[in-house]
Amino acid sequence: MNSFLSTNAELIITVVKIALLLFIVLTVNAYLTWFERKVVAHIQSRWGPHRVGPHGLLQPLADGVKFLFKEDPTPAGVDKFIYYLAPLLALALAMTAIALIPFGPDPIRLFGHDIYLGIAPPDVNIGILALFAITAMGVYGVTLAGWSSNNKYSLLGGLRSSAQMISYELAMTMSVVGVLLMAGSFNLKKIIEAQAHHPEWGIFGWNILPQILGFFCFFVAAIAETNRAPFDLPEAESELVAGFHTEYASFKFAMFFIAEYTSMITVSCLCSIMFFGGWLSPFPASWTFTHYVPSAVLILFGLWVIWDGFRYETIFGRMILPVIGFVFAGLGAVFIASSRVNEFIQAPFWLLFKILFFLFVYVWMRGTLPRFRYDQLMAFGWKLLLPLSIANVIVTSFVILAKMTWGTK
Amino acid sequence: MGHEMTAPLVVFFVLAALAVIGAISLIRQKHPIHSALSLIVVMVALAGLYLLLGAEFVAAVQIIVYGGAIMVLFVFVIMLLNAGVEEHTSISKMAGAPGLLLVVALAAFVAATIARSADRIQTTSQAGEMSSTLGISSMIFKEFVYPFELTSFLILVAVLGAIVLAQREKI
Repeated sequence: MNSFLSTNAELIITVVKIALLLFIVLTVNAYLTWFERKVVAHIQSRWGPHRVGPHGLLQPLADGVKFLFKEDPTPAGVDKFIYYLAPLLALALAMTAIALIPFGPDPIRLFGHDIYLGIAPPDVNIGILALFAITAMGVYGVTLAGWSSNNKYSLLGGLRSSAQMISYELAMTMSVVGVLLMAGSFNLKKIIEAQAHHPEWGIFGWNILPQILGFFCFFVAAIAETNRAPFDLPEAESELVAGFHTEYASFKFAMFFIAEYTSMITVSCLCSIMFFGGWLSPFPASWTFTHYVPSAVLILFGLWVIWDGFRYETIFGRMILPVIGFVFAGLGAVFIASSRVNEFIQAPFWLLFKILFFLFVYVWMRGTLPRFRYDQLMAFGWKLLLPLSIANVIVTSFVILAKMTWGTK
Repeated sequence: MGHEMTAPLVVFFVLAALAVIGAISLIRQKHPIHSALSLIVVMVALAGLYLLLGAEFVAAVQIIVYGGAIMVLFVFVIMLLNAGVEEHTSISKMAGAPGLLLVVALAAFVAATIARSADRIQTTSQAGEMSSTLGISSMIFKEFVYPFELTSFLILVAVLGAIVLAQREKI
């Protein structure tokens, strides 16, 4: 048994990591639905879910149970094979993409093995290209679902989706070329390291300042690629019933849902890695006191949840909310107590913080902007984003050339 | 020969089988969408084979360009035109016999070529210079810069042609 463990250690570690990441991503997805409903509700002056559990915190669980136990009818006249393949394809590709994201620079040493955060080894040389390859395939899930459903609304949704993807993928790929030129690599880890050339600059060393045009193009194109508002024409409920997933019910519908939310997380990861320094702290490296920021944030948040919990209306809430708050505050206290853990937690904390921020922006935009009209969508993609991203590439390459020719380095 | 079934060899045979099955299914399927899907399987299997050779960049580009962009366009057009199930006329049935003959001839030719040069084929060919992005770009922009520029010129002409065709009434 022992020799089996030692010879297959890499394999076992990878399998455990995959299971763990799946669990985390699915849980985050579930609470992302809660987060989105809450934020959009507050934007629209409503309360959002608040019946199931304190602050509606058990709503995702109730939704999950509902998805599992609902009847799952297959409509007449569908192309069975593709009808079943489409949600699987969407989910599998969305999950594969997130496996390529590195979540921290330093490995944990456990049982004599270096365990990196993230499934793919950190030296994948074509990191960003592989991600684009997977997202490029992602369109088939939506398109084939629309086609195979034998429903005019679904077909229109699928058609819109494929047209939208073709139009925005070009701009998305061009918009990151500037970042790639500055880093000189496709490797996600090297892209982050390239933003740490000036440790004292902190936030001003990130790609967001020189590449702000690229960031704008990338983020807009990525929202369009993930079919989110204001680019959610493939499922525009006011014109197409529910678009490509009209004929999908129960867990097959949930699979599309999970795929969409997982792609949102992937895009948020990419935005933070490529433009916002990934796991780098926004403060200059010499400000060592900022290493207590994660603890401070966690403790303050925990205390706030405890305070809020004691005043909550229901007895269940008064019991459970302080416990949650106590867990957060306790985590923060542990980080302060152990300096080694605190050092390790810095990088993942900042990355997760940025990912959460971008997820909030996603929801914020959905709550704020109305949906585009179809011709506006096409004109925006081809006439604004694409020329802008190409201009960004040209300007960036000239600046890099000038630096190489006359630079002091 | 006496090759051991190492992991890369197993992966190679799986991908190769996938590519061949996809190609046969591409021809045998009655519905255009199913054929297009089979073609996607072929493209992805080929990308996997490139990856096995160490040509990471080519593999990724294979999927992005062929698997992603071009095949999405294929599927889009098939869906837009709402192409139905393929019809078999008497001529298309007759075309089967010479087709089969051609397949046999081609297979024989390929087999003969491989048999003749079996001793010169290297068992492992790591793509070396061509594998890295740097290697590919220096090849394109130094050694083969004129053919490359000519190709882009050709594509530009094709783009102009497409615009003229699409805007015929307005011009």
